[in-house]
Amino acid sequence: MTTAAIDLAKTDAALAAYDSAEGGLVGLLQDIQAEYSYLPREALERVAQRTGLPISRIYSLATFFKAFSLEPRGRHVISVCLGTACHVRGAGVILEKIERELGVRAGHTTRDGRFTLEVVNCVGDCAVSPVCLVDGEIYAKISVTKVDTLLKRYEEP
Amino acid sequence: MSTVASSTRLEELGRSVLLHRDPTRVVVSVCNGPSCAASGAGQVIAAFRRELKRAGLADAVDVKGTCCHGFCARGPLVVVHPERTFYRQVTEKDVPEIVDTTLAGKGVVDRLLYIDPATGEKIVHEYDVPFYKRQLRILSGNNELIDPVKIEDYIALGGYSATAAVLDGMTPQQVIDELKRAGLRGRGGAGFPTWRKWQACHDEPGPQKYVICNADEGDPGAFMDRTLLEGNPHSIIEGMLIGGYAVGAREGYLYVRNEYPLALQHAAIAVRQAEELGLLGEHVLGSDYSFRLHLIRGGGAFVCGESTALVASIEGRPGEPRAKHVHLAENGLWDRPTVLNNVKTWANVPIIMGRGAGWYSQIGTETSKGTMIFSLVGKIVNTGLVEVPMGITLREMVYDIGGGIPNGRRFKAVQTGGPSGGVIPEEYLDVPVDYEQLSRLGSMMGSGGMIVMDEDTCMVDIAKYFLSFCKFESCGKCTACREGIKRMLQMLTDISEGRGREGDLERLETLANVVADASLCGLGQSAPNPVLTTLRYFRSEYEAHIREKRCPAGACRALISYEIVADKCNGCGVCRRECPEGAIGGERRVAHVIDADKCIKCGACYQACRFDAVRIGGRDHVHASCS
Ligand SMILES: Cc1cc2nc3c(=O)[nH]c(=O)nc-3n(C[C@H](O)[C@H](O)[C@H](O)COP(=O)(O)O)c2cc1C
Ligand code: FES
Repeated sequence: MTTAAIDLAKTDAALAAYDSAEGGLVGLLQDIQAEYSYLPREALERVAQRTGLPISRIYSLATFFKAFSLEPRGRHVISVCLGTACHVRGAGVILEKIERELGVRAGHTTRDGRFTLEVVNCVGDCAVSPVCLVDGEIYAKISVTKVDTLLKRYEEP
Repeated sequence: MSTVASSTRLEELGRSVLLHRDPTRVVVSVCNGPSCAASGAGQVIAAFRRELKRAGLADAVDVKGTCCHGFCARGPLVVVHPERTFYRQVTEKDVPEIVDTTLAGKGVVDRLLYIDPATGEKIVHEYDVPFYKRQLRILSGNNELIDPVKIEDYIALGGYSATAAVLDGMTPQQVIDELKRAGLRGRGGAGFPTWRKWQACHDEPGPQKYVICNADEGDPGAFMDRTLLEGNPHSIIEGMLIGGYAVGAREGYLYVRNEYPLALQHAAIAVRQAEELGLLGEHVLGSDYSFRLHLIRGGGAFVCGESTALVASIEGRPGEPRAKHVHLAENGLWDRPTVLNNVKTWANVPIIMGRGAGWYSQIGTETSKGTMIFSLVGKIVNTGLVEVPMGITLREMVYDIGGGIPNGRRFKAVQTGGPSGGVIPEEYLDVPVDYEQLSRLGSMMGSGGMIVMDEDTCMVDIAKYFLSFCKFESCGKCTACREGIKRMLQMLTDISEGRGREGDLERLETLANVVADASLCGLGQSAPNPVLTTLRYFRSEYEAHIREKRCPAGACRALISYEIVADKCNGCGVCRRECPEGAIGGERRVAHVIDADKCIKCGACYQACRFDAVRIGGRDHVHASCS
């Protein structure tokens, strides 16, 4: 579903800014993911080609770190915090509620591509827990009762 | 070393900054830290700018959006300097009144003052608020005076003068000796004496060495490092600059957790500004010392907070730890001598060099010097960021600073040290907080996470929570950690869901000890701690799950049920409206009923009911405050 659509110029731009001597291969992949919202195979092949590293090495990074996704993500990304502070204030039931509302488990994307549901272990907003992020925007002190309204804000016409 | 040069260069810098500053100038400091920002601090800042213009005060008053002031529970916070008039829970709508009363006039807006819950008294000044009174904010106190994207703010407070003094008048060995006298220990976990790491790296030969700042802050439920890096990034850069000089490193890496975009942004701005002023780069402040600092974004893996895994990830490899006998001081980054310290450890360095080891070592206990920053969260009234001298008791933390437990519940335990730490029950609340004392109790200082738990928190559930965290985060390299944690988690899940058997606890203990002994790195070695400490202090709670198939805290959902007590229910309908599943039915003014088939046991009705009519079946206690 993706091949033709990949614009490798963005990968090349990220590669141009990459300095192998300073470390930051992980950062390079992050820059690439920021462009496409995931790591397309074509882009990783390009990285391997340009850096002279084996593709297996690139994939070992792409699969080790949680920040990376090898699949296209939804138009909105919801991250529910399951850190300790959020856990003791009931984050678990909130996640379940969202899973039920969206019909997907954490780590997956809804069939219509509207939401990707993810979990995160603490985003550092513990003082206003439980929290979740939608597209990087923070929602503090959420509760099961507020889930419906929250999701509706991201309803598309 | 071209002496004098550094201090004159800095003095010039300082003069040009201070020229524009007047200590009596009125500054409105609005906390825009994570929690305050989430409750609308951004709009408050904009409103101040707008309203000051309207009042014709735009030139007379500065508005500063700063990072965390600490008292997150009452945000957004506004402090008017120099008097330090303190307003809490300020909204956009309150701003015109503050401008007219406090800034145009010299009055105080009464209704926005903090009320001391103990005395009912209104408190005008920040330093009189009980939450702040017991603290000693030597690292975090400057946050409210600093706009983190302005290096001038840091310099105006004396920033980088420790660097100038070090470069002018101290040899690297003298710096290390000073650190030794100060007694600084690592703030990232185990409390290793910082000077020893530095000395070992210093003593290694070779021109290429590195210093690394660990800002991976993986402890879930903690945000100390985030706040320092976001709020006062130059204090960390300055620490690394001095550390690099002491050990002979000309390059440093600041490794920041991926989940902290704002910290990354502020760090990047700070590095650029320091470079522009000649504080980083070739010939720091005109001396012979050169130091370059690189920013690295983490990839989102808890294990990368472990020092060797962190190094691997900078090198562009998966973050798998190496065996402990590999010392970074000899074989660190790219196999070169390396010093790695936590954010708070680095931030302590300029303070020690600036104010002297003699001053510093007076703070704290015999073995633990200085202050510690904790993020005080969970079931506590005053959630926030707290900086206290080592040696303060847990009771002072929880009750005097934290304001106790909300909703009339009872204190049950505090958890420190994150997934590597343990829980500490009520009977040890008077123990002074330092490295040794917390280890003795089976927990650890850790990086500063402090999570307060009340009687509604189940200890089996907490142990299960931390184990599932560790199972998820285990890199899978060694068997003891990868398989052992999985099996322990399975046993705990069985216990929490009513499938526990006699002998489970003994089996759990045996396995926990094996995992602790046989794992390669700190993740596996310490993963059993939450299980072992909850077993040590709350064994009977486990036994109730196993023998009576009952969760005394009312938290394990497989073992509880929600019911409405007909006698107490007046049919107000609040629970019916709160229930996200439509599982509650009943006519108005008639007792309601929960449909057990639809109920997901989320507890929304229980929290909503003001008449104590919702009961949790299987639980021990009934709350005094509700009846
Ligand atoms: C699994 C694991 C995770 C860790 N996470 C962190 C972390 O997030 N931040 C940190 O400073 N130290 C962390 N540490 C401790 C580091 O390995 C290291 O000891 C510490 O950063 C050294 O700094 P210090 O001497 O200044 O305390 C972790 C250790 C382990 C085993
Ligand atoms: S635990 Fe959820 S933000 Fe920290």
